[in-house]
Amino acid sequence: MNHLEKLEAQSVYILREAYRNFPNLAMLWSIGKDSTVLLWLTRKAFFGHVPYPLVHIDTAFKIPEMIRYRDEIAKEWNLNLVVGQNKEALARGETYVDGLDRLSCCKKLKSDALKHTLDGTWARRKYNPHLGTWEEEKNGEAYTGVIVGVRADEEGSRSKERVFSARDEKSEWDASTQPPELWNQYKTDFAPQTHVRIHPLLEWTELNIWEYIEQEKIPIISLYFNNGSGKRYRSLGCFPCTAPVDSEAQNPAEIITELTSGKFKDIAERSGRAQDKEGGGTLEALRKEGYM
Amino acid sequence: MERMNIVITGHVDHGKSTLIGRLLADTHSLPQGKLESVKAMCAKNARPFEYAFLLDALADEQKQGITIDSARVFFNSKQREYIIIDAPGHIEFLKNMISGASRAEAALLLIDAKEGVAENSKRHGMLLSMLGIKQVAIVVNKMDLVDFSEASFETLKAEYTEYLATLGVKSDVFIPIAARDGVNLIAHSELTPWYKGPTVLEILDNFKVTQNPEIADFRMPLQDVYKFTADGDDRRIYAGTITNGEISIGDDVVFYPSLKHSTVASIESFNTSVKSNAKVAEAIGFTLQTQIYVKNGEVVAKASQKPPHVAHRFEANIFWLGAKALQKNKAYKIKIGSAKSTVYLESIKRVIDGDTLDKANEPEVARHEAASVVFRSHDALAMEYFSENQKLGRFVIVDGYDIAGGGIVTDIFEESGQDILPEESFEDELFMLLRKHFPHRFN
Repeated sequence: MNHLEKLEAQSVYILREAYRNFPNLAMLWSIGKDSTVLLWLTRKAFFGHVPYPLVHIDTAFKIPEMIRYRDEIAKEWNLNLVVGQNKEALARGETYVDGLDRLSCCKKLKSDALKHTLDGTWARRKYNPHLGTWEEEKNGEAYTGVIVGVRADEEGSRSKERVFSARDEKSEWDASTQPPELWNQYKTDFAPQTHVRIHPLLEWTELNIWEYIEQEKIPIISLYFNNGSGKRYRSLGCFPCTAPVDSEAQNPAEIITELTSGKFKDIAERSGRAQDKEGGGTLEALRKEGYM
Repeated sequence: MERMNIVITGHVDHGKSTLIGRLLADTHSLPQGKLESVKAMCAKNARPFEYAFLLDALADEQKQGITIDSARVFFNSKQREYIIIDAPGHIEFLKNMISGASRAEAALLLIDAKEGVAENSKRHGMLLSMLGIKQVAIVVNKMDLVDFSEASFETLKAEYTEYLATLGVKSDVFIPIAARDGVNLIAHSELTPWYKGPTVLEILDNFKVTQNPEIADFRMPLQDVYKFTADGDDRRIYAGTITNGEISIGDDVVFYPSLKHSTVASIESFNTSVKSNAKVAEAIGFTLQTQIYVKNGEVVAKASQKPPHVAHRFEANIFWLGAKALQKNKAYKIKIGSAKSTVYLESIKRVIDGDTLDKANEPEVARHEAASVVFRSHDALAMEYFSENQKLGRFVIVDGYDIAGGGIVTDIFEESGQDILPEESFEDELFMLLRKHFPHRFN
């Protein structure tokens, strides 16, 4: 077994463990490369099927191509897509574009929207893949298990995560009181009102993700590639806060070269994300409140 | 590139984070600018720079000055890629140390040259042996504090070797280092001319990724059975990760403990060429020629090979991490392979303490203690001796909602008189109906 086969097998095991243990399971799909790999691994685990809904938080500031790509893939792969949004904050103009600081904007449009979409207190828009229609769901059931594509190599606080990681009723995460994980045995028993984040990609690196995309020919969104402008996105987010990088890489193979021997060797992936830089440990602070 | 998980463990303040930080810096495995930015932050806060700060990624961790969880750090030698698990030394964080160590293929155990063998040095040595990590090198740190004295090093080596022998652990690799100054990390140092053994980097590269081969008989804990009828797919797929051996289309398989049996009709996969067989460590699925109804957690083996053991009672070495002590006649949950059952502590043979070793006649197993015990499970469980098959010979005990302990099977008390039963269609149909209408009762 090579290292990609090992990573794949382990992630598949984790996804099956999640599906077996959580009646109300969902997966977060940011449209980015990591969660799209996670979606592909789901199809591996369940033999072509995606047996749980995919939750996407639409901040209304996503790069428009992301939404087009999302809807196309949902149709093609028969995905139960669930979309959440902080409509109130948008209506009141409480965003970075309207003058709010970056971290407060992230909290409102991402963390708060995510929390209330997951617990069902805010309306969700749901795509029905069999009919090809969208419908609104009010007072939906809470998702108690949520699969998330974070990786340990991304950033400091993420390297402290467990594979099955409990959040309390306030969606908070306390890194210092986590229960143990032994071998392949994860925490799969939970008190009512807790919900659990499941992290099948924890051991993957950015390079592994691209190697796997290349190996499996996963149809990743084209924003990651230089389509002639000499620029590409290395990490996707909201357009006011995410900048493309200068790069000539036009496909996964060229990105792999760039990461291993080219200009991005030893340069952090999230260096184009402005919210990480405001003060020390801010992403840690955001994550405690439920940010991914 | 080949990848290996290693854990670095030892008593608090014996210098784990410093060792890792220095290894990262000296092998140029740090992201660009990281060393400079940490140094700049130290200068700004008027604190002397320490290599350990490189790892202290969490804001509140730096405040307390101790490592809270087992961080994962990626690191490259010329030979392979390492994931270093920095396991915390504080006793309160033993569960994190174990979480880290249970993923590791090899371990470095740090001892402070001046302080000598501390309580946790013993406890960690014991836990590493229980977790089945056989590749362990002892790193004697802070040799500068004993003037790089060969005599001090040899004394400590003798003392710890003797302790390890009582656990049945043999480690003949001891390395004298001074992590802060990079002594014997990636190159031999003039400060220890008497030391001719491997450096830390050399010993890491000498560890083997694949450890002792385990049994070759096919084993697969049944993780789940899928039928995605709603999506127009009528395959009934038996899914799991192969822990041993291999399987091919046409093989006769038996499920333990139910003893249901059938023949493999197909190996299923997504986005691969058509498969006719699968081997150890693959997460697979297969269909069978006849529809049989089995429970999640049963162990699949080949009819032509040696079966796993099936029993209600077994002896085990366990370590207990729960806030509440492990007690007799209380219902716990056991998870072994993919099986779950209610389990009771039947008797305690001896309790092993990190300090004193071996206490007999203990009424319970307290937090942070290890013990040799007998468990009795409500359901018959398929299992194996840890010494023969680690993956089916280790288990966790859940108290309430949390994993509170882990253990390895050392003896199995099998009941006699089991034969492969004829298939009973009534039972099968009833089971199918129950499974359909109450799916979560079958987890």
